[in-house]
Order: sequence, then C-alpha cells, then structure tokens
Amino acid sequence: MKESNSILRHARYVVSENLVTGFAFLLFVLIALAALFGPYIVPHDPLASDTATTLRSPSFKHWFGTDQLGRDIFSRVIVATRLDFAIALSSVILVFAMGGLAGIASGFFGGWTDRIIGRISDTIMAFPLFVLAMGIVAALGNTVTNIVLATAIINFPLYVRVARAEANVRREAGFVQAARLSGNSESRILLTHILPNIMPIMMVQISLTMGYAILNAAGLSFIGLGVRPPTPEWGIMVAEGAGNIISGEWWIALFPGLALMLAVFCFNLLGDGLRDLVDPQRRT
Amino acid sequence: MMARRTRKKARPRVTGDVPTSMPLLEVRDLTVEFATRRGVVRAIEHVDVAVAKGETLGIVGESGSGKSVTSYAVMRILDRAGRIIQGSVLFSGLDLITKSDADMRDLRGREMSMIFQNPRAALNPIRKIGHQIEDVLLQHAQVGNQDVGEYAIQMLDQVQIARPRERYHAYPFELSGGMCQRVVIALALACRPQLLIADEPTTGLDVTTQKAVMDLVVELTRKRDMSSILITHDLGVAAAYCNRLVVMQNGHVVETAKSQTIFSKPSHAYTRKLMRATPRPGVSLRELLPEDVRAPRPKASPARGAGAPLLTVEKLVKEYPRKRDVTLFARLFGPKPPIEQEIFRAVDGISFSIKRGESVGLVGESGCGKSTTSMMLMRLIDKSSGLIMFDGENIGEIPPRDFTRLPLRKRIQMVFQDPTDSLNPRYTAARAIADPILRLGDISGGDEVRARCEQLAQRVGLPNELLDRFPHQLSGGQKARVGIARAIALKPDLVVLDEPTAALDVSVQAVVLNLLQDLKDSLGMSYLFVSHDLNVVRLLCDRVIVMRAGQIVEEGLTEQILSEPQANYTRELLAAIPHPPV
Repeated sequence: MKESNSILRHARYVVSENLVTGFAFLLFVLIALAALFGPYIVPHDPLASDTATTLRSPSFKHWFGTDQLGRDIFSRVIVATRLDFAIALSSVILVFAMGGLAGIASGFFGGWTDRIIGRISDTIMAFPLFVLAMGIVAALGNTVTNIVLATAIINFPLYVRVARAEANVRREAGFVQAARLSGNSESRILLTHILPNIMPIMMVQISLTMGYAILNAAGLSFIGLGVRPPTPEWGIMVAEGAGNIISGEWWIALFPGLALMLAVFCFNLLGDGLRDLVDPQRRT
Repeated sequence: MMARRTRKKARPRVTGDVPTSMPLLEVRDLTVEFATRRGVVRAIEHVDVAVAKGETLGIVGESGSGKSVTSYAVMRILDRAGRIIQGSVLFSGLDLITKSDADMRDLRGREMSMIFQNPRAALNPIRKIGHQIEDVLLQHAQVGNQDVGEYAIQMLDQVQIARPRERYHAYPFELSGGMCQRVVIALALACRPQLLIADEPTTGLDVTTQKAVMDLVVELTRKRDMSSILITHDLGVAAAYCNRLVVMQNGHVVETAKSQTIFSKPSHAYTRKLMRATPRPGVSLRELLPEDVRAPRPKASPARGAGAPLLTVEKLVKEYPRKRDVTLFARLFGPKPPIEQEIFRAVDGISFSIKRGESVGLVGESGCGKSTTSMMLMRLIDKSSGLIMFDGENIGEIPPRDFTRLPLRKRIQMVFQDPTDSLNPRYTAARAIADPILRLGDISGGDEVRARCEQLAQRVGLPNELLDRFPHQLSGGQKARVGIARAIALKPDLVVLDEPTAALDVSVQAVVLNLLQDLKDSLGMSYLFVSHDLNVVRLLCDRVIVMRAGQIVEEGLTEQILSEPQANYTRELLAAIPHPPV
C-alpha cells in the first residue's frame, strides 16, 4: 500500500520532470483506448466498400479520405490498432516469458546452461532479423500466430542478454546467499528472489521492443505475409496505398503510416520514461 | 611555472598548537543544499572550518554528518543537485565560490587535491599507472614532455612503491588495494599542491596497510609543508594523525579543538557519545553504550563451554586453480605433456573446534582465507579436502546443493557483512525474516508466521511498525537487526558472523555488538566471529584464531593473545591499530 503510493508519487515526479515522458504516457492511453474500443466508436464500417465514393480525399465526412474500394480510412486506421497492438503485445509477452527465463537461468546457473542459451541467441542474431522473420512465416504458414512467433523469436536475444546480465550480477549477492541459508532451492531462488529484482529492467525492455514488434508485424504484412486483406492492418494499408501516391492519392498510405509511426514513437519514448522510473539513480 | 613551485624548504614543523597566522583554507558559514525528490535538504549548515599552513585537520563524524559534503563544497565538486547557498571558502586569500569552473579546474590537482575512499575506483582501469600520473603532470604543465616519464617514476618511488620503473607499466588491477591507494596519493601529490583532502583514505584497507598508507601521507605532507584535511569516521585514526579535530553531526560543527583536548576533555555530548562507542582496550561491551540504556546482561545459559565440541574442523583445505590462459592453440601446439595448472590454496589445512555456547573470533587481513573458511563451514561452497564435523555429523561430505534442504541447515546460520546487500530489496523486513521460517520452519499459516516474526523483531529490538518496510526505508542499524533476526529465526546452534558491524557507524556498532552478546547469552548459541578488527573481537569473543595466508598463526584465549601475543604477525596486527589517547 505504502509502496504503491510512493511509486505513484515517483511517477508524478518523473512525468513532471520530463514533459516528453508525459506526452508518451498520454499517447499510450489514446492508443490503448483505440485498441479497446476502436470497433465501437468508428463512424463507418471498416470493411464496407462503396463504389460510389472511391478515392475521395480527406473531407468532413471521411476524415482521412477513402481508398480504392471506397472504405473509410479513418475507421480502418482506428480499427487496425487492435490487431497490430494484439500481435505486438502477445509476441512481446511470449518473448518476455521465453527470453527472460532463459536469460536469468543463463546468468544465474552459468556453465553449460549459459553456453547453450548463449549460442542459440548468437545464432538468431547472425541472421538479418527481418529476413529471418520472413523466413519463419513463409516456412510455418501465413497466419497471425506465426507472425507472433516470428516476432518473438527475433527479439529473443535482446531479452536473453538483458536478463542474463542482470541475473549475473545478483548471482553472488548477499541476499541470494542468505536465501540459500534459509533453505531455498536454486530454482526457487531464481523465481522468488532474482526474478522480482530484474522485473523493472525487463519492463523497460518490453516497452522498447513493443515499438519494434509493431513495426515488424506491419512490415511483414506490407510485403504480403501474415495478415491478409481485407482485414484492416496498418502494414497492408500502406502497401495498398503505396501505388496510389504517384497518382496523387497520398492519403491512403499516409494516415496508416502516420499511425504506425506514432505508435512506435510512443513506445520508444515510454521506454525512456520507464527507465527513469525504475532507475535507482533517479530515486533520492 | 617551475620557478613558482620552488618553495622555501626550511619551515618550522607545525605541532599541536593552533596556528595564529592567516589560515591556508578558511571556510566560513558554509551552507549547502541538495534538491531531492522529497524537496530541498540541507546537507550542511553554517559550517566554519579553518586549516593553517602545514596543519593536519581531522573532520570526524558518522555517516550523514556532512563531512564529505563539506570537502566536496571546498573542491566545488558537488553533484548537480547540490548548491552552495551561503558562506565563503577562502583558499590562500582567493574566494573559491566566485571562481569560474575553468579556474577551479586549474586549481584542482595543482593547488588542492583529493584522495578518495575506494582507490580502485579512482584509477582508470585500462591505463597504465605511470601514464595516469603523467596525465596529471601534463594537464597542469608541471613538467616538460621529455622529463615527464622520469618524474612519474620518481613520484612512484616517493610513495614507496617498490621497483617503480617496473610498476610504471602496471595496470591498477595488477596492484593490491594498498598499492592502488599509494598510486592515488602519488597522483594527488604529483603537482605539489598546498592542500590535500583525504576522504576516508583507509576505509576498506587492512590495519597494517592503513598504518603504512597513513604514515606515508603524514610523512609526505610534512616533508612538503602541505596542509591536509583527513575525513574519517574512526576516532582512533583521527587522533593518531591530526593536529586538530572538527566533530560534525547532522551537518553542523559541534566541536573544534586540538586532538589531545578533544580526547581528554570532550566538551560536546555528541563527542563524548562517539568516544564512548569506539571499541578500545580495557573497556567492556556494555561500557560502549550510553549510561541510560545499559541493561543488565541476561543470565548466561548453563551449557556454556562445556561438553563435546559443537564444531570440529580438521585439516580443512580449499584449493582454487590459478587461472592460466590455456588457449586452444597452446593446448594443441604447446609443450607436451602440458604444463600443470598452478594451484592456489585459499585455506591451507586449518584445524580448530568450537564448543557449545562459545564465541570464537577468526581474525586476519583480507585474503587470508577467513571468508572462504566461513563459506565452507556454512556449506555454501565445497571443500577440497579435510573434515568438518558438526555435532557428530560429517557435514563436509554433504554437497552444498543437498545441504540446503536438510534439517541440519536450520542449525548453522549466518549474519552477513553488508546489511544492505544481504536483504532482498523487493522483500519487506517481515518477509525477509519469514523466509527461513517458511522454508525450514515447523510452523505454517500467515498469522502464526507473522507472530513469530514480531516476536523475533522484538528480540532484536526492531519496532513492529518497521516490519512492513522495505530495506531502502530502513537505516543501516535497522537492516543489521533484520539480518540478525533472520539468522536466529530457526534457533540455530552455530552462527557465523561475517564482519557484521563493518558497514555500521560506531554508535550503531556498539548497540549491535551488545545485542549479539545478549542473544548469545539468552539462546545459548555458539558464534564464529569473522573480523579484521581486533578491538571488536576482544569485546565479543572467548577465544581468538589468527589466520594468515590460509594458515592458523596463533590460537588461544582472547585476553592472552591480545596481551601476550606469541606470533610476530599478531604483534604486528596489534601494533597497527590506532588508539585514541584515553
């Protein structure tokens, strides 16, 4: 109770110190709202095509204009938030569980565990990551599940390294030795003593990779892997609009691209803010 | 530049007298504030300090008294949150507070320099020490490019580093802590400054090293007719090396006087309290506490010192392979058969025993193997060979991994050196104390465990309302109490105390030592007290074992060893302890 109170106070302090962080938090709330309630608040059906109103430029009726099939781009951008967000979030949760656990085990136990996990992540890092993701989706099948999996796999080394380094410095800490004396087994020490202590750093990592995950999912859809039309998704929408830019219909690609950029931007800024929040140096 | 540096050499040595001439450094009415999350904090308020030419001034106080902040303000190296609110700092007539940053950079190192607590952190780890000295010299244009190397070697020679020409090429990690501190001193004195500020220069060094380093500082500053400020928490060190002392408490100067005067007639209550709490010969544990809080000692349990030994150690050895770079290349093409790996014996065949209810001190300098010994006894690491018998059972044969879950685990517990490091920052005090009870204890259920925790907290003198706090919300002494409560939670027979008070202020140390004594008397535990401080060991232990380089040098009753040491090494250790003149 007391602790959560002081965290709130600290959060307020960090936000007031750095307005950019405040802005990022605001943006995050907007994105979250769009993801949760998007389909219920949009003015038009994102899938309904209307041949009478194709390729209309932004107007009062269609804020972001309409596309080749006369679908309202504003509605499609808002509704797409949920899908992109869900892909990114589930892949990040997946990689957090896999990479985080593998990393702390690697840092805590050392020896062979460390070597095997380290070599696995080195192998992943040896490939150009986006090409690897393409390969995984192409090989496993063109589904949303596989996009999630591919995004998780390419982020795996990042999580392993952060978790490994954090666990490694705490391996011989006094409180870990004390936990051994208290009769905790090694795996229990890992889960109940080490894990809670590296959680804050991992939260920062989550936020930073979240933006990357969104970009990756959109990128895969852009080149035609994963999500298929007519599902509203930022990457597909940019791909659909790309051909029309030359002929002057810039809005089809611009607005989903802008949404994508803002989302990535928001998570990166949020990561910096979170780092300030959990950094003990900033706590006085 | 050089001409200006040559000062008159024959200057009368300043003795204990308070000098009458204009002081070299004069701090007047200095107030420093820090902006923190919880608002503005005044670190020091209206501090007046003066240092005469050639004088050594000691600033003494416990943690948080503002002694370091004062020196940082003088050097103008406060971090960004700190601000000098009022007051003046006059250094040979110049007001340092109005100086620009560029001017200060020029003054620092050339006219005034500083030695910090951790010598290793003060040196650049990837640069040869000779080059680091050259950097300072060239920065302040003290010596020309041609002579700078020779001058650096000369400096190393002056701080009594053996084979300076060879050591010029050494990296900091190749030198011991005491050697690193000598290099730092060489750095600080390279440009012949007029003022040297030493901030806890020997904390973390062994007593014999401490003596060598402090003797060196005093000798060099005397020879060069420099003034120095020695910041320390140790009254013994301050008394042994300073002309005058300034005692600080909570950001205020409470007393300023000559060293002898302070020790013979301390005028301020806080000074008296500090002096009383400092362990010294001929004083019992209870006498360290203020008169009004001295409780009578609980009755000693009858099991004291009787019967078969609780713990017997025979020919215990711990070996580590000395790391050698055996690359694949060397393994394939090197001489056959391959060179045998060198072996380093951290503990080299020691034997001793501890009886029930007895407390035994294990004394030695860093690297003598005392911590390795205690880790082996605790079954945290494996032994290489030898026998560890605990109450008739050969616990040395049980691998550490399995030992964790045995009922025997309950009976051997430990109190760690650093109370902060040994508490999980995410656990409340109650959760930390409950950890052993939940894993190995015979009770379960939230309420019962909580009740046990409160009982233990009461036992170690920790108020119940602090039980729900996190370690960062507790003071050092309170954290030490949590650590002790955790160690005694399962009513162990043997507790290893690994320098439990090394990180605490003297007044807190006095309280914690008394607490440990009372707990031992009332619970009938045995202690193995690992320490480098003979004065503290004297207070708490019945017997003492002196270790050096993995072997036992001397063993016997505490009084006997401290009054008539047989081994030369023990005598050396005893002689190195600085004593307040009381």
